[in-house]
Formats: sequence, C-alpha cells, structure tokens
Amino acid sequence: MKYIDEYRNPDLVRSLLDAVSSLAAGIGREVSLMEICGTHTHAIGRYGIRRLLPKNLRLISGPGCPVCVTSVADVDRALYLTGLPDVMFATFGDMLRVPGTGGESLQRLRASGADVRIISSAADAVRFAVENPVRQVVLMGIGFETTAPTVAAAVLSARRRCVGNFSVFSVHKTVPQAIRALIEDRLLKIDGFICPGHVSIITGVEAYRMIPQAGRAAVITGFEPADIAEGILMILRQVAEGRFEVDIQYARGVKEQGNPRARDVMAEVFEPSDADWRGLGVIPGSGLRIRREYEGFDALRRFALPEIRSVEFKGCRCGEILRGVMSPDECNLFMKTCKPANPAGPCMVSGEGTCAAYYKYEKK
Amino acid sequence: MSIDEDNFAVIDISGSRREISLDIVDESVTVGDYVICHAGYAIQRIDEEVALEKLSFLKELIDNEIY
Repeated sequence: MKYIDEYRNPDLVRSLLDAVSSLAAGIGREVSLMEICGTHTHAIGRYGIRRLLPKNLRLISGPGCPVCVTSVADVDRALYLTGLPDVMFATFGDMLRVPGTGGESLQRLRASGADVRIISSAADAVRFAVENPVRQVVLMGIGFETTAPTVAAAVLSARRRCVGNFSVFSVHKTVPQAIRALIEDRLLKIDGFICPGHVSIITGVEAYRMIPQAGRAAVITGFEPADIAEGILMILRQVAEGRFEVDIQYARGVKEQGNPRARDVMAEVFEPSDADWRGLGVIPGSGLRIRREYEGFDALRRFALPEIRSVEFKGCRCGEILRGVMSPDECNLFMKTCKPANPAGPCMVSGEGTCAAYYKYEKK
Repeated sequence: MSIDEDNFAVIDISGSRREISLDIVDESVTVGDYVICHAGYAIQRIDEEVALEKLSFLKELIDNEIY
C-alpha cells in the first residue's frame, strides 16, 4: 500500500526515538504529553511506543474518543429515540454497546426488536430515509470536527432532495474548547499536546493557537509509528527551547488552513452550543446543535423528549480517565468486571477508548 | 476509480472498493487522485509530492545523524 509501509520502517522509528531519548535526557525533569485523539492512543499501544520512551517522558491519554465523552444523559436520549414507534435509528457501530442508565444499550434494544441500523457513512442514513418513506430515520450525529461536516453534508443533501423523514440527534463536540479546559485543569500539568491528525485536516492550525499562548507545545501528528515518534520529538524540541507554537508533523495530510469547505458546510448546518462531556462536565460552546434554519432536521425538535433521570454506572472511572488524571490500571473495575466483552463504561466499549487500548496492548 | 453525477466516487483501498462522497473535500478531485477518507466522505486530497519529499528528508537527516 502506498505511503503506509514507509512510515512503519523500524530503523526510521528507532532513530527518531533515540533522538527523543537524548533530548528528554537533556531536559531532565519529568515531561508530560497528552495525546488527545483515541486513534493516537491505539496507535501508541499497537506499536508499543510507550515502552520505548525514556522514563521521564509520560504520555497521558485524553478525551478524544467521541463515544466515550458522550454523557450518559445523551446515551439515554438516544435510547429513548430508538424506542419510539416508526423510528429507524442509524448510528456508527461503536455506539451500539455503550451502556446508558441501568445498563440498557442500543444493542439490547435491537435484540428486543428496535430498528437500529449500523452505518459507515452519514450518507447511508439519508439513503435509508429515501428507501423507507414510512419510517422516521434518526441519525446519531456523533464525533468531532472530522465527522460533524459529514453529518452536515448529509443534512444538506436531505434538504436538497426534499427528504422529510430524516433527522439528526446531534451530540457533536469540538476539540479546541476541550483542550482549553484541560489546560486550565489544575490536576493536570501537560507540557505538550499531540494534536489529532484527522480533526486538524478540517480545523487547520488556527484551532490550537491557545496552546502555545498558554506556554505549552502543540504538534499536529499523524498515526503511523514514524509520525508519532517524530511528533513527540518535535514537541520535546519546543519544550527544550521554550519556544511554543503549533507545528505540523502530519504535513502530508494537514494544511495550515485546514479544509475551509468542510468548515463552511459544518457552520451552515450547526452552531456552537454548550455540551456536557463525560469526565469534563459542561464546557461552554463546545457542542454543535442544529441551526434554526434546519430545525426540521433536528431530532430534538421533531420528537418530544421527556426529562430522563440518568445515572452513571457505579464504580466506573471513565470520567477521570478521560480527563487524564487517572490511568485505566488504577480503576478497580479494569480487567476484573470491566472487559471488552462486558464493558462497564464507554472507554472499554469503543475501539478508540483508552481502556480498550490498554486492555488490548498494555496489560501487564 | 469513477465519479458519478451525485458527487459520489468509487475508490480503491488496497484492492477493496468503496463508495464515498466528495461533498466536503476542499479541492477538485479527479480519477487517479489519492484522498484521505473519514466516515464515507473524502476530507482531503493527499499531496503526493509532500509525502515523498518529507520521507526522503527524514531519511536524509538520519543518514547524516543530524537528529
């Protein structure tokens, strides 16, 4: 396959990590970096990068798994919508097993007869609506800046084609506001951020300006081992020199200006709103809700949702793990009652979740 | 491999084919281009030159032990 093999060359990765070690030794003190994106967490586990790093360099996993940061209240709302008569609920697959209050999940509802469809593209949901005119298709809009434009594009295409039985339940969130909250978290002292590759393809560098402004390093990094090793090296250089800026390691994917067209599509359909993040709480302006002009496509306006009393699963520490103040092996449930086959919380469910990554790659 | 009138393209991913939408990609994409895809949508055309240039630059630095 083109590109990928070259970025997995072991000699290249080893040389980069040697350079990381000597630079870290020069800095001396403990340096903490956060990888925000769940895909990075998995790549770091998969390639065993954590074990190859010097002792004074700590990698903390951040809140970059969309399913994981979805609040239990939003999960319960999704479950309620799924249970409505005539609703066909379309969702990306990793949402299926996320437990809501009382352990209920989309998978269980589906087993008892609810119409839940797994999609791999928001466009699929519009197609379902066209093919099933008597059903109400509700698409769960979940994800960060990479996915939100695709859902917005689906709304625009539904409007263009006059599809009246399609709506979106949006729990989309935006990354920069969450980073700001992490910078302000006093329990966390992060020297640098491994910024997500694919989110940045859309946002460009502008979204991360507040990181260097707060005196922390920021490097937009790709997902292959050579990318990650080089991203870490570039962060350490900024830390060593005390010169903070937003660097791009992932130049083959990310352009400085991002993808303005995708941002325009997103802004056409969505506007910023407050959002409740699991672990981080309500962050002002960090969510995306459907604009009034498109309210016909907003599931929250189309269907009357009752007040739901949502309760987190007792003992689950997903919240702390998402904030980066706790690592999975410090949780009492991890690998005991909480396993991928029977997950207690979303961090173990999702392929991008921190606990799932630690279970798969880093268990001792 | 092909692009239809609704702006959907069929792409080849290591031998498997998939239909993706070109609705939010920033540049014009033609048959033969490389794209980064996410959730059924092309989100970026890959600049082939940058990728190759960067890789050879990294190798060059390592060969010269500049790191």
